[in-house]
Amino acid sequence: MAYLELDRVAKQFGAQTVVDDFSLAVGRGEFISFLGPSGCGKTTTLQMIAGFLDPTRGAIRLEDKDLTAIHPAKRGLGIVFQSYALFPHMTAAENVAFGLEMRNVPRNERAERVRAALAMVGLAGYEDRHPRRMSGGQQQRVALARALVIKPSVLLLDEPLSNLDAKLREEMQIELRQIQRTIGTTTILVTHDQNEAMSLSDRIVVMSQGKIEQIGTPQETYEKPASAFVSQFLGKTNDFAGTIDRTATPAQLVAGSWSAPAPAGLSGPVTVSIRPERIGFGNAGLNAKIVTRIFQGNHWLFQCESECGLAIVIRQNDGKPQPAEGEAVRLTWRPQDMSVRPRAGA
Amino acid sequence: MSMAAEERSARAPWALTAPALMLFVGVLVIPLAMTVMLSFHDWGQYKGIEPVFILKNWREIATDPYYAEMFWRTFRIAILTTLLTALLGAPEAYILNRMSGRWKSFFLLVILGPLLISVVARTLGWALLFGGNNGLVNKLLMTLGVIRSPIPFMFTETGMVVALAHVMMPFMVLSVWAALQRLDPQIENAAMSLGAGPVTIIRRIIMPQIMPGVLSGAIIVFSLSASAFATPAIIGGRRLKVAATLAYDEFLNTLNWPLGAAVATLLLVALVLIVVGSNALIERRYAEVFR
Repeated sequence: MAYLELDRVAKQFGAQTVVDDFSLAVGRGEFISFLGPSGCGKTTTLQMIAGFLDPTRGAIRLEDKDLTAIHPAKRGLGIVFQSYALFPHMTAAENVAFGLEMRNVPRNERAERVRAALAMVGLAGYEDRHPRRMSGGQQQRVALARALVIKPSVLLLDEPLSNLDAKLREEMQIELRQIQRTIGTTTILVTHDQNEAMSLSDRIVVMSQGKIEQIGTPQETYEKPASAFVSQFLGKTNDFAGTIDRTATPAQLVAGSWSAPAPAGLSGPVTVSIRPERIGFGNAGLNAKIVTRIFQGNHWLFQCESECGLAIVIRQNDGKPQPAEGEAVRLTWRPQDMSVRPRAGA
Repeated sequence: MSMAAEERSARAPWALTAPALMLFVGVLVIPLAMTVMLSFHDWGQYKGIEPVFILKNWREIATDPYYAEMFWRTFRIAILTTLLTALLGAPEAYILNRMSGRWKSFFLLVILGPLLISVVARTLGWALLFGGNNGLVNKLLMTLGVIRSPIPFMFTETGMVVALAHVMMPFMVLSVWAALQRLDPQIENAAMSLGAGPVTIIRRIIMPQIMPGVLSGAIIVFSLSASAFATPAIIGGRRLKVAATLAYDEFLNTLNWPLGAAVATLLLVALVLIVVGSNALIERRYAEVFR
């Protein structure tokens, strides 16, 4: 049974619909990411769960109780804000203790829980520091400890890592995942960073223009994107124009000089999507010429001019010789690595 | 770098600031020094000012209780004005800050409006509303039978505090406003999500953070009120003198310049001490918020 449930939730500001028909069932202990470009409604949805905004339509339920009827101060959710929103006039310990104070937790227990929470995020010994005297990463940890110490029913993270530099962000991702696994708090993360969503979440909700594009595990959304938007947004992808010829037996899917047995169901003009790392160089397949070759340490990145337009190919740096710039190649891939959908506008 | 070049570059800052420094020295430091010197000169009804060094004026101020009372009144009025502007101005700035775009700019204009009108005109406005039997408000209230005799306003300390508070309000509101601008826009939501109610949010989260703004506004309002001239002159007149009006009278009516200079010097020194002292205290107390 769903722990947190959003049932056809919509939010309008005036005539503008920011979130529309948003339905999602979150299981207890699950880590969910709302992923999408800025303005796709992911933060608005999070704010509706938090109670800072009221949904125009639809229901939000937590353990079958209507959450929208509860005042935000009484919802008992832990929230980490993009700007952290720490209280600058309080020390780290006072910041973390604030939520416990509001819950009238006795002083001794409070001190104990604050110490434990700060230790959990790796800030033991920083109790008496003020936020302005801490680094961005440390402030982030205080914000996380402050949200977790109240043992929230759901942890909401609003782009918590976007203000950190790349290296620190990666470290925090791993740490965040470990902490979440250890304490098992149901977590919703809002992010526009696909890598972050993929490395942290059990399931990803890909959003675009207020609507859900796809809900699935990181692997599903990456391997089997439900729409052109999802395949473009999650990592790089190649879209080739192809046709399914049902007159041939067996039916053939043809893209340039590449062909394979057609998948069932579709016919006529289609778009074939293949991830760059799933394309190989072979003896048969799509005719292409290497335009640029970029060495990126553990892999090579090729930009090719193919029969069906620009193609990107990623090959692992396995020590074998790779084609040079200007060289003619044939691009090939396994049928199970591609996704085929009807071509829009054709 | 050669010695000459080094010397030249050492002199450059002085040369560049020389015009401003000369202006500063010419119009501020020299007149101030002369005023201080003047306070040690002698004065008589018939002999005028005698450039000698005596402590007569300072002794008079120290021993005559009239001056003690007058200085105490000056600071009492300044303190009450400061309190009044803080009590009204801080919530005003907070409410203003929460308003949406159009209303915000409208009310900001309303608050800043007084700065665009001469202090004299504004104070006379208060006099028209509350002055004696003919004041509009007093007349109305008496006609309605709410009060029997007019609310005393002219020549009272209350009147002075109210009129000064009106004049000084923009400084307090702007100062608190500036502090509010530095607040994280999500900070109230953060406190709310942790279970804090509206009163707790204001008391525990907002107040401590805007306190530096309130206090720096208070320093401005206090020093301007303590040295204010126009408002006390119109409301208090000759009957209720403060330091500024007393110094003015000594200079221009009694023509006892040395005594006036001593009053003015004392006011200046007292204000500088109070402002510098409280500023140091505030900075130490709110070091974490200021950083």
